[in-house]
Amino acid sequence: MSYLGHVWVHLRKDLQLEWRSRDSINGMLFFSLLVVVVFSLAFDPTAAMSRQIAGGILWVALLFASITALNQAWTREQRNRVLEAQRMAPSPASALFLGKALANLLFVAIVEAVLAPLFIVFYNLHALGQGWLFALVMPLGTWALVCNGTFFAALGLRTRNRELLLPLILFPISIPALLGMMQATTGILTGEFDPGLWIRLLVAYNVAFTTVCLLLFETVLNAE
Amino acid sequence: MKRSRILGPVGFVWFVATVGIIAYATRLALFVAPTEATMGNVQRIFYYHVPTSMLSLLFPYVNFAASLCYLYWRRRDPLKALTADAVAISSAEVTVVYSSICLLTGMLWGRAAWGIWWTWDARLTSMLLLWLLYVSYLMLRKLSSTGQTHTLAAVLSVFAAIDVPIVYMSIQWWRTQHPAPVFGGGADSGIDPSMKPAFWFNVLGWAMWGIFILLLRYGLERRRQESEQDAALQAIEASLEIAQ
Repeated sequence: MSYLGHVWVHLRKDLQLEWRSRDSINGMLFFSLLVVVVFSLAFDPTAAMSRQIAGGILWVALLFASITALNQAWTREQRNRVLEAQRMAPSPASALFLGKALANLLFVAIVEAVLAPLFIVFYNLHALGQGWLFALVMPLGTWALVCNGTFFAALGLRTRNRELLLPLILFPISIPALLGMMQATTGILTGEFDPGLWIRLLVAYNVAFTTVCLLLFETVLNAE
Repeated sequence: MKRSRILGPVGFVWFVATVGIIAYATRLALFVAPTEATMGNVQRIFYYHVPTSMLSLLFPYVNFAASLCYLYWRRRDPLKALTADAVAISSAEVTVVYSSICLLTGMLWGRAAWGIWWTWDARLTSMLLLWLLYVSYLMLRKLSSTGQTHTLAAVLSVFAAIDVPIVYMSIQWWRTQHPAPVFGGGADSGIDPSMKPAFWFNVLGWAMWGIFILLLRYGLERRRQESEQDAALQAIEASLEIAQ
């Protein structure tokens, strides 16, 4: 089986699991909706102000929501010692990681698709900059969160306080990416500055960290 | 493990020399160096702030190199790998101590010179993020279970090392109140020659102090590892006796 074949099998397995339970998508959706509502109540923004802050709130909501799902992503594999079987399997470990990360990307993308209309309604948004750039910023930003998030969730799998550890190590590493996606989103919404620089930062961040994740995943999976 | 007999005296001499140089540097910085024209005596915090910030940018490299060595030796030579891991944790702790001192002295100076404790300026933010990264590294070491701590920490250190340049660039684009680098920042940069001895003696003194606590912490970690190995060995021997 080719490498992509392995990735596809892992991805399909994760999608099937999620389709049967729908735990993480439902959890993420409701959680991010709550964050959006709470921030809206807390700031009570006008249309001009909401353009300034919406980018930050959107990504903070998605970040917190994806943490809840990422914490669950590997616990599924621990039931019935599936993870031990994965470690013994001859397929490359990075294929397992890539399949899981792509599945998480898809889940967060679904949440974003549902959240976006709500966001526009609650915050009275319409982009003053080039709206089509969202088609670049959203996938790049989501991948930046999900790729490192999946990796660190695996890293923290056998630690004490697993749920606490993930945000503790994911947030500091993700700060440049968070800055990039928030600035790019604000740039698009307000039209005051060009988001191109921040999109390039996101691309560089994604390339660098995806490479490291793929290279080091096997070490983390077999860390004893 | 055999302990070298000269290690103790050498360490003691190093410690005495360090204390002597720090005492001399303190005298130079507080009494000998001229008072700065615009900021007055407040500027003297410079002799502590800049050396510690330089050193807190240096020790992360030690941590990164040690982590890479650990990952390389992990399967090939586990005993060497443990030494590398001891260096990694000691340098991470020294990094956190030095960057904390840098941030605190910076805040004191900022309050006196700019009238504010903190501003989200490029250099301040990147130093804070460096501090956050290494605190999260220590948190991971604290929370992970024994046996895999070394590997996980080494992996995180690689991530942190890649993150630092990206953080630095992104923060540069985001904000730029802190003065330009004093050294090597163009024709106007540099300090008055009369201030140089106080500055360089402080750099030397605090670098020696950093190396001293790094090695002390290293020795402590090595002893902890050895006692762990002894305990494991005893457990194995005890289980063999029962089997007979």
